[in-house]
Amino acid sequence: MRRAGMDQGGTGLAASGENMVGTVRGGARRRWVATLAAALLVFPGIAFADWAWNFQPPASPIADQIEHLHELIFWICVVIFVGVFGTMFYILIKHRRSVGHQAAQFHENTTIEIAWTVVPFLILVFMAWPATKVVLAMHDTSAPDMTIKVTGYQWKWNYDYIDEGFSFYSTLSTPLDQIQNRQPKDPHYLLEVDNPLVVPVGEKVRVLVTAGDVIHSWWVPAFGLKQDAIPGFVRDTWFKADKVGTFRGQCAELCGKEHGFMPVVVEVKSKDDYAKWLAAEKQKLAAATENPDKVWTLDELVAHGKQVFDGNCAACHQPTGTGNAAIGAPALVGDKVVLGPAQHQIDVVLNGQTNGVLQHPPAGGKMPSWAQLSDVDIASAITYTRNSWGNKAEQNVVQPKDVKAERK
Amino acid sequence: MSSITQPIGGHGDAAGGHEHHPSGIMRWITTTNHKDIGTMYLWFSFTMFLVGGVFALTIRSELFEPGMQILRPERFNQLITLHGLIMIFGALMPGAVGFANWMIPMQIGAPDMAFARMNNLSFWLLPPAAIMLLLGLFVPGGAPETGWTLYPPLSIQQGMGMDLTIFAIHIMGASSIMGSINIITTILNLRAPGMTMMKMPLFCWSWLITAYLLIAVMPVLAGAVTMLLTDRHFGTSFFDAAGGGDPVLFQHVFWFFGHPEVYIIILPAFGLISEVIPTFSRKPLFGYASMVYALCAIAILSFLVWAHHMFTVGLPAAGILFYMYATMLIAVPTGVKVFNWLATMWKGSITLEAPMLFALGFLFLFTTGGFTGLILAIQPVDVQFQDTYYVVAHFHYVMVAGTLFAFFAATYYWLPKWTGHMYNETLAKWHFWGSFIFFNVAFFPMHFLGLAGMPRRIPDYAQQFTNWNQVSTVGAFGFGLSQLILLYVVVMCIRGGKPAPAKPWEGATSLEWTLPSPAPYHSFPTPPVVQ
Repeated sequence: MRRAGMDQGGTGLAASGENMVGTVRGGARRRWVATLAAALLVFPGIAFADWAWNFQPPASPIADQIEHLHELIFWICVVIFVGVFGTMFYILIKHRRSVGHQAAQFHENTTIEIAWTVVPFLILVFMAWPATKVVLAMHDTSAPDMTIKVTGYQWKWNYDYIDEGFSFYSTLSTPLDQIQNRQPKDPHYLLEVDNPLVVPVGEKVRVLVTAGDVIHSWWVPAFGLKQDAIPGFVRDTWFKADKVGTFRGQCAELCGKEHGFMPVVVEVKSKDDYAKWLAAEKQKLAAATENPDKVWTLDELVAHGKQVFDGNCAACHQPTGTGNAAIGAPALVGDKVVLGPAQHQIDVVLNGQTNGVLQHPPAGGKMPSWAQLSDVDIASAITYTRNSWGNKAEQNVVQPKDVKAERK
Repeated sequence: MSSITQPIGGHGDAAGGHEHHPSGIMRWITTTNHKDIGTMYLWFSFTMFLVGGVFALTIRSELFEPGMQILRPERFNQLITLHGLIMIFGALMPGAVGFANWMIPMQIGAPDMAFARMNNLSFWLLPPAAIMLLLGLFVPGGAPETGWTLYPPLSIQQGMGMDLTIFAIHIMGASSIMGSINIITTILNLRAPGMTMMKMPLFCWSWLITAYLLIAVMPVLAGAVTMLLTDRHFGTSFFDAAGGGDPVLFQHVFWFFGHPEVYIIILPAFGLISEVIPTFSRKPLFGYASMVYALCAIAILSFLVWAHHMFTVGLPAAGILFYMYATMLIAVPTGVKVFNWLATMWKGSITLEAPMLFALGFLFLFTTGGFTGLILAIQPVDVQFQDTYYVVAHFHYVMVAGTLFAFFAATYYWLPKWTGHMYNETLAKWHFWGSFIFFNVAFFPMHFLGLAGMPRRIPDYAQQFTNWNQVSTVGAFGFGLSQLILLYVVVMCIRGGKPAPAKPWEGATSLEWTLPSPAPYHSFPTPPVVQ
């Protein structure tokens, strides 16, 4: 459900709970005042939040140190600012021709020039000392309690619990109808996902960050952690959450069309709750490990395929399969690849393609490679496209083993 | 600073038979006159400023409230890319070259630029480059969706708009390099007798250093985008890990250009402000020599700090500490400049005409941007701010309230010399107050948005960011509309007005004020002697 791309015609109908706002054009200021008034009236709590102006409350030792460091530097700057511009305004009031001030003609003074070179330097040294300590602390990824690999994709995150042997994807769960202003917006609009990252409180989590296509950046403000995800390279960093709760951030590096729609949500649980969650995940994992040669029925494939399609493919091809010509995503309704031989469609999904030419990962083309999805997911999604929106393909069932056979 | 011992030869007859040049459009296409070319640069810059401004207002309209209203996300991304490229390469850099063309020969007592024909070519390369940039909007796939930084692998994914952009950057780079060679040669060789280096107006010094920076880094940018081009079309993998490359390599090369580029944009502004503040304080510039040394120090440091744009890519601790310290060090020469400007005003006899108002606005807001720059230099703090609206606020404080305000100050300062008429002071002051107030309404809230965690370059945002975004959008429209006052004042000033004397500002001292207003088409055909 990450489709902000379609049908933004002209209505601009914003029916959010706190923002009863019409179109942007005309009367911007009046509308802003009206919005504020409406917001205060309807949702006093949220209205406050609408003016968010400072750091999220820190939830890790590093975030805490960063906030203190910022405060120190900020107040030093404020003091200098007041000194410099206090002087400027004094000059502007006192040394004006209109108050009869005659211009002196001096134009240098070595002592003072040395002073205002040396003193700022000393202030900088004073700032650099605490900053250095925090830099070194942030780089200390030694002795972690657990390790999680985070992989950025256009436009979702994969969380791999490498000590536990399972992984899952985390995608935006805000419905398209809210993005396109057809439904009121949730309190956590654009900052909510289907599967959040879950970690235990008080444990040092080492995070390995990488990407599968373009550069992303994994950012949790409350942990003071932002690490670019570079395709082909793994960077490591760490955090230790010291509060139980849900913490929200976003991808921080422009990664294409849906960059604004790939939030990061971390749920910090108590150690007991985390252990329970882990046990449940592992059970699910065991149940979901399918016999790769199992033959699926058409209905099973289509039902699972709809989920996979809506979560991954609909961002460009639209939930209705009508495509998005503006970004070169063809309609799948009546498409000759979808209705043609299944093997070719599997190739396209596995390898991606640009202008009809197959790509090989990671050279993502217009249609990226989806090789990271499981055989079951790909088979289901393809089967779904072959049997939906009026499509009736000759080869209408693709089994997971067909996909497995095409993987190189 | 300098005084003239012999009357200026030549200007009397310059108005007569020497002024034979084609008329109409051919005058502008074939001209080799530094004043004509300077005028074209300035109008080109202003046109691009309006185009980039319209993009900015479209972006701000989309961001007026949560949800997608008027743009698709991909178009939004294209507009932020074009806004950045157009403002930097179309408005700010050509604007600075325009002032250089007009003023450097007149300030050093030269008859024209050293390479007059190359000067014509370096201007006329720009319009085709700008057209190619904008053409990206109309080709399949649209303009690049990468932001002006063009990071791969995202830029590898783009359509042919990316190739147009790469080509446009190559052409603009060639234009900049030619312009720089011209400025350096003019300053080093065509100074009037007695005009020693350390007597030159500071604007000439600032441009001399800027020109060296340009020659050093424009080829680096050309190299970076050429590697993008070959990665895109010719099977190389400079930036593709699968082929042994590294996406971060592009960032290193790009910012090796990009950080000096920041100073390329601001140094000429420093020079302009150093002309305006002494004039309206009626007092010589304080610490001339230290101003020159500070410019040199900033230029050298600008090559040593590029990785502070990459504080979250995962540099080793030693690298981070080096770039953090080096970046903080820039505060020292920048501080020297600010203190020198204040000391120039100290015990002066200050009047607040429009150029001075803009210079003071520059001083106040640029320094604010300097402070946020210092905060951003602290790497742990930057981790929170990297790629947020805090950074957007910071660089608009130094580029808009910095460079652009300096351009406004210089425009009003020299309009009488260019046109021979006084501009409308009342309207110019309206322009200042409109720009100053709405600039802050538009950009100050972005600090809050960044602190609260709003990433930059997103077409839609969570609801806690709503209200500051709305304030910002209102401010942006106010700022944009204020610029129409400038257009009106300039057009009216060209068409007529109170005749300007040779030296309309009593505190002005440099050579251009010894020429009549408007400056004759050919000035200083025989060099003045400076003592």
